Amino acid sequence: MTTSTSARPAGPGASHRGLQDPTRRPGEWAILQFLRGSATIAILTTAGIVASLFPAAISFFREVQTVHGVSFLEFATGTFWAPDFANPSFGVLPIVVGSSIVVVLALLVSVPVGLLSAIYLSEYAPARVRRIIKPALEVLEGVPTVAVGLFAFWFLRPTAQEAFPNLPWTGPFAILIGGMAVGLITVPLMASVSDDAMRQVPQSLREAAYALGDSKARVAIRVVVPAAISGIVAGIVLAASRAVGETMIVLLAAGAGNPNLSFNLFAGVQTMTAFIAGKATGDIAQGTLIYDTVFAVGSLLFLVTLSLNLFAIRFVRRFREVYE
Amino acid sequence: MSITSSTASLPQRDSIRGAPPAGERAFSIAFSAVLGLGIFVALGGLAAILIWAVSAGLPRLDWGLFTNAPSTARIETAGFRTAIFGSLYVIAGVIVLIIPIGLGTALYLEEFSDRTSRFARLVDLNIQNLAGVPAIVFGILGLAFIVRGPVGIGFVAAAGSLTLALLVLPTIIVSSREAIRGVPRSLKEGALALGATPWKAVWTQVVPYAAPGVLTGAILSVARAFGEAAPLLLVGAVTFVTFNPRFWSDGYSVLPVMIYQYATRPQASFRLLAFAGVLVMLVLVLFMNSFAIWLRNRYERPLQ
Repeated sequence: MTTSTSARPAGPGASHRGLQDPTRRPGEWAILQFLRGSATIAILTTAGIVASLFPAAISFFREVQTVHGVSFLEFATGTFWAPDFANPSFGVLPIVVGSSIVVVLALLVSVPVGLLSAIYLSEYAPARVRRIIKPALEVLEGVPTVAVGLFAFWFLRPTAQEAFPNLPWTGPFAILIGGMAVGLITVPLMASVSDDAMRQVPQSLREAAYALGDSKARVAIRVVVPAAISGIVAGIVLAASRAVGETMIVLLAAGAGNPNLSFNLFAGVQTMTAFIAGKATGDIAQGTLIYDTVFAVGSLLFLVTLSLNLFAIRFVRRFREVYE
Repeated sequence: MSITSSTASLPQRDSIRGAPPAGERAFSIAFSAVLGLGIFVALGGLAAILIWAVSAGLPRLDWGLFTNAPSTARIETAGFRTAIFGSLYVIAGVIVLIIPIGLGTALYLEEFSDRTSRFARLVDLNIQNLAGVPAIVFGILGLAFIVRGPVGIGFVAAAGSLTLALLVLPTIIVSSREAIRGVPRSLKEGALALGATPWKAVWTQVVPYAAPGVLTGAILSVARAFGEAAPLLLVGAVTFVTFNPRFWSDGYSVLPVMIYQYATRPQASFRLLAFAGVLVMLVLVLFMNSFAIWLRNRYERPLQ
């Protein structure tokens, strides 16, 4: 190679640019453009989501305003969700409440179970046990949600009714079961984010507490958990974001029919995701109101998860800054 | 800090001199039991799903499941053949798309960009957020942009591939970045010092050593795409196809969506068919995931 003789040697940490300008070689230039183009796809995907959701959502609000006389306030506070009825109603509260119930139930399962698993993995488990439990949790995270939904509907629901026959079970669906099943599959996420946070807590903090005579349990509760709290909060927020977006489990275990505002845990309750999956099965015509309704609900769902995700990303970043 | 000066301020507790007090010991045992309960619920839940799938799916499991086409008329001989073909097409498309794009993005972020640059930080933020965007929202994107709109290829298997590829890209990117970060800098620097071009140094030194990690991410992504149903409901996989689909034309279905369709029919024999499908799908997904995790643990040791 003739050009390399004239190049100055790159110092430690110097980029490849110190050696040779890669843009001079057409091959290197083309490859760099391909790599940069690949990276751009992540940005384009977000842009595509926004571009596909918001125009249709805006046309939804315009149409319900002009044709049905429903204002944004009535949309946000209405308690009957039946956009495809002959006499349609556009109160979004029932499906928002439905999604919220799923999130609360899911967190009631995944926060304690995930946090306890994380404390065990980070503070107690010998390396050998850890090497078995961590992959098992990853396998749980990878179980297809259709399978979990059918398991919840055909196994958990009848078993729960048999065990507690006095509870007011109504109909084949129960959001209680759906929410708890969603909780089970968000356990690995909660556990792995919390475990990462706890393992980043400096060993010196633990040793200081041991030196003062604390037991292992007290060190875990009073030192490690508080020191890792922002990572744990990020885990909770990510688990909530995952739960609000979960579709198949909720669709199978809690149904997609109920248009009423309902807090009944033992009956079917419709969620935002179940509405989208139930309505947008390919054969709805573009430009119709129901098509735009799907996009309006999709926008709402996207905005909720976006804010949860950004909140979690900030929390994790702040945590990393403290201990790195 | 000297030891002698700090011992004076240490609290005089029993635990320093000998055994911890009885109450403390009971607390420790109770806490360990609660921790065990947490692990038990998590792993017990996984075990319950697997045991249920085997017991519910086995009665209907036979070769006809793979060779017979779906049917609503002859339930006893109905199978998943066309849905399995659909899944294979969709997954093949996903693999072809995510490996170059996922590896390309990871290489760009780790090797060819200034990590503090605005562009790199924006890409990073987008990847982190996209990892948490619900699958069904990708379905909406697929419906508006890929099936219709700018790409406009209609309800075909290729639309399913594109939608799922976008959905799982963050998974393969994150795994690939970690793998690339684990390659010692000295390998690349050695190649550069010998006169290799930047790309040559990365391609011959960094990529081979990062390959197991990239492959792990690819397999995890494919396993996820294979089991995903929600976004495909929106991009056309609900067609009840009784013939093998083609990639660029015709309606298609995939295994998890076919399972969902069978499961929501009222007759019990359809339900059994769905359970058998769940068992097949779980075995395949678990095999892929276990292989990926094994692969990662096998090559996890950092090079020295």
